Amino acid sequence: MTTPLLSISGLTKAYPGVVANDAVSFDIMEGEVHALLGENGAGKSTLVKMIYGLVKPDSGAMALHGAPYAPPDPHAARKAGVAMVFQHFSLFEAMSVAENVALGMEEPPRLRDLATRIKDVSETYGLPLDPGRIVGDLSAGERQRVEIIRCLLQDPRLLIMDEPTSVLTPQEVEILFQTLRKLSAEGVAILYISHKLEEIRSLCDQATILRQGQNVGTCLPRETSAREMAEMMVGSSFAAPERASRAPGEVALEITGLSVASPSAFGTALKDIHLSVQAGEILGLGGVAGNGQDELLAALSGELPSDAGAIRLNGTPIGWLGPTARRELGLLAAPEERLGHAAAPDMSLTENAFLTGAQREGLTARGFIRWTAARAFARAIIERFDVRTPGPDVAARALSGGNLQKFVIGREVLQRPRVLVVNQPTWGVDAAAAAAIRQALLDLAANGAAILCISQDLDELMEISDRFGALNEGRLSEIRPAQGLSVEEIGLMMGGAHGMEVAHV
Amino acid sequence: MLKLEKRPQPSRLWTWVTPLLAVVITMLAGGALFAALGKDPVEAIATIFWQPLFGEFAFYYRPQLLIKGAPLILIAIGLSLGFRAGIWNIGAEGQYIVGALTGAGVGLAFYPTESVLIFPLMVLAGALGGWAWAMIPAVLKLRFGTNEILVSLMLVYVAEQLLAAMALGPMKNPEGMGFPGSRNLRQYESAHNAELITGTGMHWGVVAAFIAVIFAYVLLTRHSLGYHIRLTGQAPRAARFAGVRPARLVLVCLGTAGALAGLAGMFEVSGPAGQVSIDFNVGYGFTAIIVAFLGRLHPLGILLAGLLMALTYIGGEIAQSNMGLPAAAIQLFQGMLLFFLLAVDVLTNYRIRLARREVA
Amino acid sequence: MDMGSISPELLLASLMVAATPILLAALGELVVERAGVLNLGVEGMMITGAICGFAVAVNSGSPAIGFVAAAGGGAVLALLFALLTQVALANQVASGLALTLFGLGLSSLLGQGYVGIKPPPVAKLDIPLLGDIPFLGRVLFSHDLMVYLGLALVGLIWWVLKYSRAGLILRAVGENHDAAHALGYKVVRIRVMAILFGGACAGLGGAYISLIRVPQWTEGMTAGAGWIALALVVFASWKAGRVLLGAWLFGGVTVLQLNLQAAGFAIPVEYLSMSPYLITILVLVIMAGDKSRAPASLGRIFHASQ
Repeated sequence: MTTPLLSISGLTKAYPGVVANDAVSFDIMEGEVHALLGENGAGKSTLVKMIYGLVKPDSGAMALHGAPYAPPDPHAARKAGVAMVFQHFSLFEAMSVAENVALGMEEPPRLRDLATRIKDVSETYGLPLDPGRIVGDLSAGERQRVEIIRCLLQDPRLLIMDEPTSVLTPQEVEILFQTLRKLSAEGVAILYISHKLEEIRSLCDQATILRQGQNVGTCLPRETSAREMAEMMVGSSFAAPERASRAPGEVALEITGLSVASPSAFGTALKDIHLSVQAGEILGLGGVAGNGQDELLAALSGELPSDAGAIRLNGTPIGWLGPTARRELGLLAAPEERLGHAAAPDMSLTENAFLTGAQREGLTARGFIRWTAARAFARAIIERFDVRTPGPDVAARALSGGNLQKFVIGREVLQRPRVLVVNQPTWGVDAAAAAAIRQALLDLAANGAAILCISQDLDELMEISDRFGALNEGRLSEIRPAQGLSVEEIGLMMGGAHGMEVAHV
Repeated sequence: MLKLEKRPQPSRLWTWVTPLLAVVITMLAGGALFAALGKDPVEAIATIFWQPLFGEFAFYYRPQLLIKGAPLILIAIGLSLGFRAGIWNIGAEGQYIVGALTGAGVGLAFYPTESVLIFPLMVLAGALGGWAWAMIPAVLKLRFGTNEILVSLMLVYVAEQLLAAMALGPMKNPEGMGFPGSRNLRQYESAHNAELITGTGMHWGVVAAFIAVIFAYVLLTRHSLGYHIRLTGQAPRAARFAGVRPARLVLVCLGTAGALAGLAGMFEVSGPAGQVSIDFNVGYGFTAIIVAFLGRLHPLGILLAGLLMALTYIGGEIAQSNMGLPAAAIQLFQGMLLFFLLAVDVLTNYRIRLARREVA
Repeated sequence: MDMGSISPELLLASLMVAATPILLAALGELVVERAGVLNLGVEGMMITGAICGFAVAVNSGSPAIGFVAAAGGGAVLALLFALLTQVALANQVASGLALTLFGLGLSSLLGQGYVGIKPPPVAKLDIPLLGDIPFLGRVLFSHDLMVYLGLALVGLIWWVLKYSRAGLILRAVGENHDAAHALGYKVVRIRVMAILFGGACAGLGGAYISLIRVPQWTEGMTAGAGWIALALVVFASWKAGRVLLGAWLFGGVTVLQLNLQAAGFAIPVEYLSMSPYLITILVLVIMAGDKSRAPASLGRIFHASQ
C-alpha cells in the first residue's frame, strides 16, 4: 500500500460556542480527486484553512508524504506543495494579473518573465489570460483562472479548490473539470469542496462528508446516489418545497430599456434590460456573479435611480422614485448582502425591522418612531418565520446566516408586497432554512405577488421559477419558460464558455 | 498570548464602564506625568478634581463649571450627530469663531442703541454664522466630493486669521486707545449675555446647552431622523437601502454642528469673554471632540463628559497657580483621556481571551 | 509696496525650503495610506518631531542628532496610533485626531524651557561647481542636506512602490487586507511598520521647521502643515512624484504670500496668511473627482476573525 499524499488524523478546532471540526480524519492519495462535502457551516472552510496554514488546529495531526506536516502559515504550505483556490477574498482588484499571481508565489520571477510563464501555463491548460490586465475588469470566471494559474505556477502536489463552480456557467464548469482531470492524471491530488452533488459524482474519486464539524462518512461518489449523499450531508430529510399551480395575473412589474451605470468602480453597468413579471409569477434570473445582479437589485429597490419610464409598477412609472416611495407603492426588495446592506449588523432586530417596515407597517407617527409597534413587528417576523433568536433585542450580527436570512426575507414577505425582488435568497444558508425561504417565496407568489428572484444557484431557480432568464455582462438574455430547459440551454443563456477553450490534453 | 474575540453584540455594560475606566487610567497616567514633573501626584489630581467642587473656594469655582462646560457641551452635541453618521466635522473651532464674529458684529453694529431685540438678533446671527461656515465643507463635499475632515479643518486656520483681522481692523474698539480687540459687550447692556441667576454661572448659553442635550436625546432615541443618522454611521449601504438620502444628512449634521458651535461662540463673546480679541478662541472646538467621544456620542454622556472636562480646565488653572503645574500638562492630560478612551473602547465590541497554547 | 524687492531667484530657492517639511510628512503619510491606514495625526507627529529635534539639537549641539531624535519622536507617537488602531482596533479617524491633540499638548509641555532659544545652525551644502551656476545654482544646489534627502525619498518611495516586492506586498495589504491575510501576509505587522515610517517622516518634517525653516521653537509652530500634508496625499492621487509637485505648489504659495507681506502688499497680513489654507481647499476641490487611486482598504479596520 502506498503512503497517502496527505493524511489527516483527529483534527479538532473549536471557536467560542461552536466546534468547527471535531476529530476529523481522512487520507488523500496522490492523483486523487477528493471531494469534501457538507452543508454551509459544516466546517469545510475551517478544515481547509488548517491544511493551508491559515488556522492552527487545537489538536490532531497531519502528515504529508508520511512526514509530519504543520504549516505555521500559508507560505510554509505553499513551499510544501499545497496550493489553494479561494472562493472569495484573495485577489487585488486594482492590480494586474501578473502582480496578483506574484503575490501568491513564494519566489516569483521578475514581472516580465512571470508574464511569459503565465501565458505559457494558461495556454497549456486552456485558460487564456492576459497578464497585463487589471483584475477588477475581469469576469468572475477569468478571476478564477488567475487563482488557478497562480497555483499551477508553483507545481503543487495538492490543490485545494473551494466551491470553484459557483462562479462558472455549465460550459465553463465542463472545461474546468477537464483541466482538473488533466492535473490529476499528472499526479496532482485535488481536494474539491462543494455541496453540489452531481458535480462531485461526475468528477471525484473519493468523498468525505462533514456534518456539524464531524466526519460522518466516506463514499465513492460514482457508486453512491445523490440522494444518499444528501442524506449523509443533511442528516435528516425535510419536505421539498411545494408548488401550487397558479394562473399568472396582470403585469405587475415592467422594465423597458433600463440602462444605468454601476455606482462602484469595478461594477457592471446595466444595458438595455427589458422584462416583465406578472402577478402570481416567479421570474428567475440566473447568471454568474458580477454580471449586473447587484446593480439590477439596486435599480429596482430605488437605491440607483433611472429614467422614470424605465421601470413601471402596475403601469405607474417609478424609475426616479427612491426606496421609501417604492415601498409605499408595494415594491419591496431583499439584497444579497445580509450584514451591512439588508440589515445593520450592530442594530437590534427591532431596529432592523423598522429599517424597511417603517412605511408599510405604519411604524412612525409624525416622524417619531413607534418602538412598541416596531418590536411587535419584529416579534411577528421571528415567530412566523421560525427565526432562532432569544428575542427582538438581539443584534443582527449575533444571528446565524440562515436565521438572519429568514428574518430579512420574512420582513419583506410580511409586508404583503405586490412585487418582491430578491437577490441570492439562500446564499450561504443551511438546507433547512433554504427550503423554508423557497417555500415562503412560492407561497407569496401563490397569494398573487409578483416575484423576481435573482440567484446564482441554478437548481434553486429551476425549482421555483415559472420563467427563466440570465444576466451576462449587464445584459439580459431572452426569457423562456423554466420547464423543459436543458443545462446546455441555460449555460448558453448565461454566456456559454466566455472564450474559454478545452485544455490541450 | 492575549487574543481579541468579537462579541456577538456590543456589550451594554462596557459601553458605560469604558469611559469611567478611561478616566481612572488617565488619572493614574496623569499622576505619573505630574510626578515626573516633580509635583506631588496625589495633590495634583486632588487639586484638579476636588478643589473646584469641594475646596475652600468652591463657591467661586462651581459656577465656572457651567460657564466652561456649556460651550463644550453645546459644540459636542452638534459634533456627535455627525460623528454618529460618519460625517467628520473637526472644524468646530472655526465655526465657533465665526459664530462669535457674526454675533458680536450684530451687537457692535447697533452700539449704542438699547433694545431688547438686539440680543435675540445676535443669537440668530451667531447661529447663522456658524451654520454658514459649516456649510462650506458640506456643500463642497456634496458638490465635488471633497473630504470634509480636511476642508473643515483648513477653515479653522482661515477663521483664526479672520478673527485677527477683525480684532485689529473693522471691529477694533475706536475708544480702545489703539489696543487690539473690540468694545466690551459686557458694558453694553442690550448685547450682554449676563448671568441669569447671580452667583450660579447660569447664562443663556448654559440654557441653550441643556436644551440641546434634551433635543438631541429625543432626536436620537425617538425620531426617525435620529435613527437614520445612527443607521448611516453603522451601515451606510443599509441606510441607502432604507431610503436615507446621504446628502440631506450631510447638510443636517454639518449644519446643526455649525449652528451650535456658532451659538457657543456667540454666547461666549457676549458673556464670559466679553470682546472680540485675537486670542478669543481657547480650543473649545477641539476639546469638544474629546467630550463627544468621552460621552460616547450619547447626549447624556456628553453632558457629564462636558462637565468633567470643564472641571479639568478649572482644576488645571488652580493647579497652575497653586502648584505651578504647566498649562500644557493639562492639555496633555486631556489628550491622554481621549487616547485611553479609544484604547479601552475595544472592550465594548471585543472580549480579551487568553489564547490556548498553539499546538503547531 | 515694492514688488521689485521680490527676486525670482530667492523666491524659487526658498520655495524648495518651504516645501521640504510638508514633502517629508506627506511622503510618510503616502506610505501609510498605501498600506490601507488613514493616520490623521500627522500634525501631532510633526509638532512632536519639531520639539524633540529642537531640544536634542540644542542640548547636543548637533542638528544631525536632533533630526534622528525627531524621527524617533515622531515614530514613538506613531506607535501609539498603531497600538490604538492595529491592536485595540479603534476607529482611525478618532485615533488620528487624538494623536494630534495629544501631540500638541505633549510638545508644548516638552517645549517649556526652549522658547526663544536659537538652535545650532545647520550647514548648507556648498556643492562646488554646481552651486556656482548662475540662477540654477542658487535655486537648486545651495541647500541643506535635508532638502536633498526629501528629494531622494521621493525617488526611493516611487521605486519601492512600483518595482520592489516589499512595495507590492505593501500595496496588496492596502488594497485588500482580507486577501493579503489569506495569502499569508502579516497585515498588522506590515501596517505597524508603515505607520512607524510615516511617524518618522512626519517627525523629520517637523524638525525641519523648528531647526532650519524658522529656526526656533514656538508652541503650535507647525500651524496646520500636517493637515496640508494630508491634503497633499489626496492631491497626489497616492503617487510619490505628484507629492513633490504638490509640495512645491504649496511651498510656492507660502513663500509668495510671505514675500508679499514683506513687500507691504496693500491688504492686511491676515488675509495673505489665509492663502495657503484656502489654496489647499481649492486644490482639494479640483482633485476631488479623481478618487480612483485611493487604496481600497483605506481606513477599514482589519481583524482576522478566524
